[in-house]
Amino acid sequence: MLSSFKKAWRLLRRLSGDDAYEQYLTHYALKHSGNDEHPLLSKAEFFKQWQDEKWNGIKRCC
Amino acid sequence: MNKLVKTIPWLLIAVLGAFALSAIALNRGENVSALWFITAALCVYALAYRFYAAWLAATVLVLDESRATPAERLDNGRDFVPTHKWIVFGHHFAAIAGPGPLVGPTLAAQFGYLPGTLWIILGAVIGGCVQDMVILFLSTRRNARSLGQMARDELGPLGGTAALIGTFTIMIILIAVLGLIVVNAMKHSPWATFTVSATIPIAMIVGIYMRYLRPGQVLEASLIGVLLLLLSVVGGRYIDADETLRVIFDREGLTLAWWIMAYGFAAAILPVWLLLAPRDYLSTYMKAGTITLLAVAIITLQPTIKMPAITPFIDGTGPIFGGKLFPFVFITIACGAISGFHSLIASGTTPKLLSNERDIRMIGYGGMLLESFVAIMAMIAATVLEPGVFFAINSGVGVVGADAATAVAKISSWGYPVTVEQMQLLAKQMGEESLFARTGGAPSLAVGMASIFGSAFGESLLALWYHFAIMFEAIFILTTLDAGTRVGRFMLQDMLGNIWPKMGETSWTPSVILTSALVVSGWGYFLYIGVIDPNGGVNILWPLFGIANQMLAAIALCVATGILIKSGKQKYAWVTGLPLTWLIIITSTAAYQKIASTDIRIGFFAAANDLSDKLAAGSLSLEKAKIAPKLIFNLQFDAWLTVFFVILLWLIVFDMLRVAVRTLNGLPVLPLTESPHSPSRLVEDWVRD
Repeated sequence: MLSSFKKAWRLLRRLSGDDAYEQYLTHYALKHSGNDEHPLLSKAEFFKQWQDEKWNGIKRCC
Repeated sequence: MNKLVKTIPWLLIAVLGAFALSAIALNRGENVSALWFITAALCVYALAYRFYAAWLAATVLVLDESRATPAERLDNGRDFVPTHKWIVFGHHFAAIAGPGPLVGPTLAAQFGYLPGTLWIILGAVIGGCVQDMVILFLSTRRNARSLGQMARDELGPLGGTAALIGTFTIMIILIAVLGLIVVNAMKHSPWATFTVSATIPIAMIVGIYMRYLRPGQVLEASLIGVLLLLLSVVGGRYIDADETLRVIFDREGLTLAWWIMAYGFAAAILPVWLLLAPRDYLSTYMKAGTITLLAVAIITLQPTIKMPAITPFIDGTGPIFGGKLFPFVFITIACGAISGFHSLIASGTTPKLLSNERDIRMIGYGGMLLESFVAIMAMIAATVLEPGVFFAINSGVGVVGADAATAVAKISSWGYPVTVEQMQLLAKQMGEESLFARTGGAPSLAVGMASIFGSAFGESLLALWYHFAIMFEAIFILTTLDAGTRVGRFMLQDMLGNIWPKMGETSWTPSVILTSALVVSGWGYFLYIGVIDPNGGVNILWPLFGIANQMLAAIALCVATGILIKSGKQKYAWVTGLPLTWLIIITSTAAYQKIASTDIRIGFFAAANDLSDKLAAGSLSLEKAKIAPKLIFNLQFDAWLTVFFVILLWLIVFDMLRVAVRTLNGLPVLPLTESPHSPSRLVEDWVRD
């Protein structure tokens, strides 16, 4: 019961983008750690870029 | 033995589905339960998904699980991200499901419940789902390229240009008709106008919260937003009751149209984080929540359908829009069965998230099945109303007259009895002044939803449910409106950039202001004419939108059919060729009738000529004579626009046929642009959550 709640919560966070920064941190640790070309972004900086990029192009339909 | 055990449940589903379909199709005179609609739809969907979609995936498209998707190969942690299939499904469905499948079925209910319902179910499984799935597949195999790029790469420059122009014009018409629906829902309704206006500052609060106060706390901010929205629905009642405050929000249609244009312009130039993005969050939650609630309410309460299976209006004399059953039921349903717009989403963000090709069936085909199901629920919500009430709400004053007594007499004379008292009581229950001639589909859908919810949660809350439903429709209509205006602006900047590169810079302020103003005046023009039109405007704009949307679907299916033939799969080209042929038939017929029909409620030229004759003879009232020249110009303009749509459609059809014939005769054509196979390295568990 508790685990299915946790699962639903994780799904909701992922769908809404609530955990986007955590995802970025994982991606960063995996691909860019110790790389000076891509400095680690703060949460606020990352969110700005993420949000602006998300709205580039056709996103909504009739 | 094992095979038999597996087959039996599917046989049972087939039998149940056939039984449910015949229950709604053969029923005459008796009231039929909404549960049969749901059963029929779900059984057909299950069979189509299990067999047809599986066959498409395995035999026609040959999905390859071992092949790396663009999300894996081009993973950048931002737009290209391998994502779990349910998350992709959520994003994809949120992107494709707009107001279209709610409005189309509501309007098409004037033919009775049967024609619309059958097309929503069959059109989706044979047409819409196939289009979405095939385009998603093709784009995934081509580094998530857009429909326009694929058309250019695979067919030629003509196809690419047609897709681009098609997209732009459909966007303009779509926004105009959506704006008109919101205007009609808010006209002289202080409560609705207040609630809808309140969504703007609420979105801004949410935007500022998640950008600056608590950066990235999306769910926290959304929760605040949803609570504020619900509060604004309740608050509207107090605004409505307050004599001084209500006049601020009690407005004519035309004033509201200007407000919406100002809003659209502001939304196109303001930064996305302030208005667009937070509003989109709110509208997505509202949409998901309300649709789930509606599904639960319909399944548990099993309301009875009051509308007959077929009305006499299949002969083309319908009060909501003119035109015979064929082809106008198909044009009107549009998005609930097949929507060209989806091909832009299926070749946009979705393929950038796909972690494995095998998910294409569930996301492409399954996503559209769910959209079709939403359309079925909208059809139910429209047809649970007494037909007399349904027609009283949806018929324009140009058809039934502005006076309540004349309107009910006229509607009752069609065989759908309704009284002035009944309408007054209903309006009072819903907290509105009047529900006569509230065209556009949103008010009647809201009354239908309110009566379904009301019977579950108590009649005393009817007015709240009604305004909740209006807010729910308005919020995502406005989301489509502002997102569409912005996309239109980008497209225009891109096109102008070819002529003068400076205009193509998306952040150069003069270009931003100029292109935003151009796009807003484009749809603003149609909205303006729609509002001043005494026939309600929907009669003109919705068929135009339907034709444009189905034309875009035909373009997408042309690209798909062309590529199937080029890839040596001509044996299977009918899977997209069949729906394509049908779309060509219905759009061409509808366009021909809109241009050439002598019936003034169908033919644009006929209506324009009739109006100019009346104007010349001096038989129009002073008020009508004043707007007549504008209406005449607009009708002629619409006719030429329709001519343009048909030419565009046939150009791309011939371009596709040219490519097909050359391929079959072994002549050189543009090479396939499929990316080479590279094996997937994704280990099942870590990336798929």
